[in-house]
Amino acid sequence: MNLSEQLLQLLIAGLTVGSIYALVALALVTTFNITGILNLAQGEFSALGALLASSLCTAGLPLAAAFAVSVLAAAVLAGLIERAAVHPARGASGLTLIIITLGLSISLRGLALLIWGTDPVVLPAFSKGGPLYLAGAAVSPQSLWIIGLLAVSVAGLHAFFELTYSGKAVRACVINRTAARLVGINPARMSLFAFLGSGALGAAAGIFIAPVTLATYDMGFMLGIKGFVAVIIGGMHSTGGAVLGGIILGVLEAYGAGLVSSGLKDALALLVLLAVLLVKPEGLIGTVSGRKV
Amino acid sequence: MKKCKATGLAVMAALAAAIGLILSGCAGSKDSGKSGAVKEPYRVGAVIDISGSSSSLGIPERNTLEMLRDKINAAGGINGHPLELTILDNKSDETEAVLAVKKLIDQQKVLAVIGCSSSGPSMAMIDTVQKEQVPMISLAAAGKIVEPARERKWVFKTAQSDAVTVSRLVSYLKEKGLMKVAFLYMNNAYGDGGKQAFLEAAAAAGLQVVDEEKFEATDKDMTPQLTRVKASGAQAAVIWAIPPSASIVTKNFRDLNLNIPLLHSHGVGNQNFIDLAQGAADGTILPIGKLTVADQIPDSDPQKKVLASYIDEYSKRYGSPPNSFGGYAWDAFYLLVDAIEKAGPDRAAIRDRLEKTRDFIGVSGVFNMSENDHNGLKEDSMVLVRIEGGRWKLLQ
Repeated sequence: MNLSEQLLQLLIAGLTVGSIYALVALALVTTFNITGILNLAQGEFSALGALLASSLCTAGLPLAAAFAVSVLAAAVLAGLIERAAVHPARGASGLTLIIITLGLSISLRGLALLIWGTDPVVLPAFSKGGPLYLAGAAVSPQSLWIIGLLAVSVAGLHAFFELTYSGKAVRACVINRTAARLVGINPARMSLFAFLGSGALGAAAGIFIAPVTLATYDMGFMLGIKGFVAVIIGGMHSTGGAVLGGIILGVLEAYGAGLVSSGLKDALALLVLLAVLLVKPEGLIGTVSGRKV
Repeated sequence: MKKCKATGLAVMAALAAAIGLILSGCAGSKDSGKSGAVKEPYRVGAVIDISGSSSSLGIPERNTLEMLRDKINAAGGINGHPLELTILDNKSDETEAVLAVKKLIDQQKVLAVIGCSSSGPSMAMIDTVQKEQVPMISLAAAGKIVEPARERKWVFKTAQSDAVTVSRLVSYLKEKGLMKVAFLYMNNAYGDGGKQAFLEAAAAAGLQVVDEEKFEATDKDMTPQLTRVKASGAQAAVIWAIPPSASIVTKNFRDLNLNIPLLHSHGVGNQNFIDLAQGAADGTILPIGKLTVADQIPDSDPQKKVLASYIDEYSKRYGSPPNSFGGYAWDAFYLLVDAIEKAGPDRAAIRDRLEKTRDFIGVSGVFNMSENDHNGLKEDSMVLVRIEGGRWKLLQ
């Protein structure tokens, strides 16, 4: 394997892992921009979605049906959580809300542990067949699925915010909550939508990556952390930034491990995080849409 | 309120009954002691990782010990003395292990201790048993539990050390002429132990380790590390890890289309590894105890009978076949019973007997202990298997 092939192979590995981070980051940013809440339980929706899909598949459901049911179930769960735990505390400070989501994260992980135990579970790959080859580098079909999901999610979110009436209402809430209420938009309903959407997106991401990473009850924690780092690198206020942050993080990890040393993988990513925080604390793509009130 | 009172009364009545039973039980045993019908029981302790992170190791071990205790007592005990085996749970924790072993020695006055299931808690107990001069038989892998033997006078172990496993792999590589090897390991005590042993053995055998890569137990993608392996020109790859990361790295290995032999350690010697790798495990070669392929080893093998009877008894009682971890407990139990039988209820004499164990045919291998070797297992205690169609196939 010569150097250019090696570089390409690492880039593909980085893009795959980076897309996973970007999907979680995307869900985090969406919730944050609509509700002002940094949802630390975001990763748990991915874990629950993947675990549930695996159980349904084992029970004999076709993959597509298992996917649909799991995504729906995760969205409903996220909605219930919003109504039961976040909505009643909507007047509380940001810190309180973050701690509520932290508690939710621990509870959901405990629930998953009780139901599925500590052993990892598997989900079959979406398409059969071995890896494809691109100029000497191997690409597994599941990587393409993951990158594809990211592209579809970004396009979907963009279309929703730019082209639909509800999307514009959401953006209005983000820009100025009080003014939005004055013109008849109900921010409480938007908050519910945000949780429904991020729950579904999280679960979809979890199910797409499970054939590669396996699904465990505690996979959500790591995903949440990496997603959070991606958000910090990219900027809290922009979906584009979240995607960029996730992919940068994934590619850096891959090049760090593949070119320098496998021990340096996490160190390199954290160094970049520190550098971004020092030089451009608002993230690579800074405030686009505004002020939080 | 009334219901509460009623329950309270019931509990008290039950307690009183229980105390009564215990008292009468004690009186009963004293009487029989006087009449000489039943001799004084021999007390032995075990500290096992029954709950916590190593419970998958500890549960088959506890099952095996309970099964063997019942069997030996049904057959009249050791030299006519019933065996009293106390099994304590260390919750896969070092501190709990030390507390448990102190309790066994101080309160139960045990003759010897079996345990623990994993290396960390086993290491933690060594100080106590050395100081109290109580023989201990560990069921864990790390070689340093019994090395150097001079400083481990009272400590023995039944699981094969890393060095034994490694030498099996190294001789296979050499035999096949695969002299340039890449070594990948997980970043924890298991991987580090394997790495150290492998590098030493490889250097001694003249193998060239062209690439060394590590990954975290929680990593989800090892493609970068394997890309380096691919670029290094290695003729074979050896991976030292346990599932799930061992399964993921195997999947990545196949996806990258690395056309070199893939060898694993005995850490993947369970069905879990094959299931999680989803077909990628096929073609993998690894050393493993004979128990897993007991039906495939030739009848001439000295262990064949022991293995067959253990599998048979265990499956009958628990409804599923045993694994090699249960086998470590089987060996520890019978090594100890054998020593007590010959030495009597004396800790120092039992220790001396254990050290003199020769040609003891166990589940994990044929044990030959000595002053310098408190494990007693050699390379021949492991066989190489290849995974084919999701099953273990003995490699001739």
